[in-house]
Amino acid sequence: MTKTADNINPHIYEKGSEREITSSERDEDLQDEFDDREIFDLIRNINDPEHPLTLEELRVVEEKNIIVNNDDSTVLVNFTPTIPHCSMATLIGLSIRVQLLRALPSRFKVTVQVSEGSHASEHAVNKQLADKERVAAALENNNLLQIINQCIAV
Amino acid sequence: MFKLELIQNLAGHKGIVWNVSWHPLGKYFASCGEDKTIKLWSKSGQDWAIKTVLVDGHQRTIREVAWSPCGNFLASASFDATTAIWDKKSGEFQCNATLEGHENEVKSVAWSPSGHLLATCGRDKSVWVWEVAGEDEYECEAVLNAHNQDVKKVAWHPSLDILASASYDNTVKLYQEDPVDNDWTCVATLHSHESTVWSLAFDKTGERLATCSDDRTVKIWKEYKPDNQEGVVVTDREAVWKCICTLSGFHTRCIYDIAWCHKTDLIATACGDDIIRIFKESEDSDPNAPTFELLCTKKNAHSQDVNCVAWNPSGNQELLSCSDDGEIKIWKFTEA
Repeated sequence: MTKTADNINPHIYEKGSEREITSSERDEDLQDEFDDREIFDLIRNINDPEHPLTLEELRVVEEKNIIVNNDDSTVLVNFTPTIPHCSMATLIGLSIRVQLLRALPSRFKVTVQVSEGSHASEHAVNKQLADKERVAAALENNNLLQIINQCIAV
Repeated sequence: MFKLELIQNLAGHKGIVWNVSWHPLGKYFASCGEDKTIKLWSKSGQDWAIKTVLVDGHQRTIREVAWSPCGNFLASASFDATTAIWDKKSGEFQCNATLEGHENEVKSVAWSPSGHLLATCGRDKSVWVWEVAGEDEYECEAVLNAHNQDVKKVAWHPSLDILASASYDNTVKLYQEDPVDNDWTCVATLHSHESTVWSLAFDKTGERLATCSDDRTVKIWKEYKPDNQEGVVVTDREAVWKCICTLSGFHTRCIYDIAWCHKTDLIATACGDDIIRIFKESEDSDPNAPTFELLCTKKNAHSQDVNCVAWNPSGNQELLSCSDDGEIKIWKFTEA
């Protein structure tokens, strides 16, 4: 299975710094809510399916493209494939979705979609990622699940 | 004031519960889901409890279960590409026939009103019509490739052999057998939804159809037969279906299922916003441009997406629901 990557020479960005933990977050008596940075930390280290690089290093995910609403229990993640014809876009989206499905409390409604204008099949990819029945069926496919687990494994 | 009162919360499945189906007499029901089991529930004393668990019928998620109109057979559709037919001729429920033919996930199964036909649909974009050919024998009557995407749901007209299907291609299609050559063909395509149509339900007359979609709307369609009084133009002497009402602004996420009670005319919806809603046509409603009222909004009906709603066929206003949260709930709709 030696397939050439869609984007052979992607631009690599520097990793951001680790989150600084504030004193109020250390306070066990204070209940702190999920914020954009926390969601980013959950997905920044997902491996790209084609390169030995993380989604953060490729700027596929960025903190500014994540919106958390604790009151509505919603999380929106916009991700940006490195090239508009990236054939891995659905797989990347699926990996992000699975990681958040596993890490977040079940009350959250998670939406994962490609950033506007960043992919040739934007609508089709977004529709697939939003269809929970297709996602459920995909996750019963052991080969696919193995690939996703490799992407998520840090 | 109307309300949905919780009768009982039923735990037992592991993972997503995709579907629940009442036995035609309304005394028991079947449920299925991600855990690859079918559970049969009935009332013992005041409480509903699991009576039988059917295992080893499927290798993957069981997406839908459906009782035959006579109540003696149960069909189950699975992501493993097969549809199993269960009966208890031997005393215990057993799988005595397996329908194979779909390339991959089967997503819905439905018996025709006479019980002589079955329809299935799935990810391979096709709708299959099966004939009950004899004891434990089922023959494929037709493979209908009218949709160009994933087919999510099939449902039969309440009294005629007219089949409807809902799809990821945003349309609903209707099929009938041509009496001249016995070929099943698509006789109508209903365009109006802007995203995946997840489910559909006929009313008791079969002249109206309710559909629900990822576009967060419910649409009501009406059949106009040739020479209809309203003067709606039909071609080729085929009936036409027109969208006569769109319920928008009520649901805030994808609507996964819709159930139209044939006894009470109440419409229930199962939504990704965890809410069950009940609608009813207004008293003074115009049949060609009806209005529907939202009678009840049950917030946090489940702690996750509601996948399915089903009215008790006896008309006693009991409603079943099931969810991603692994639970099944029985509700009673009452006027407080």
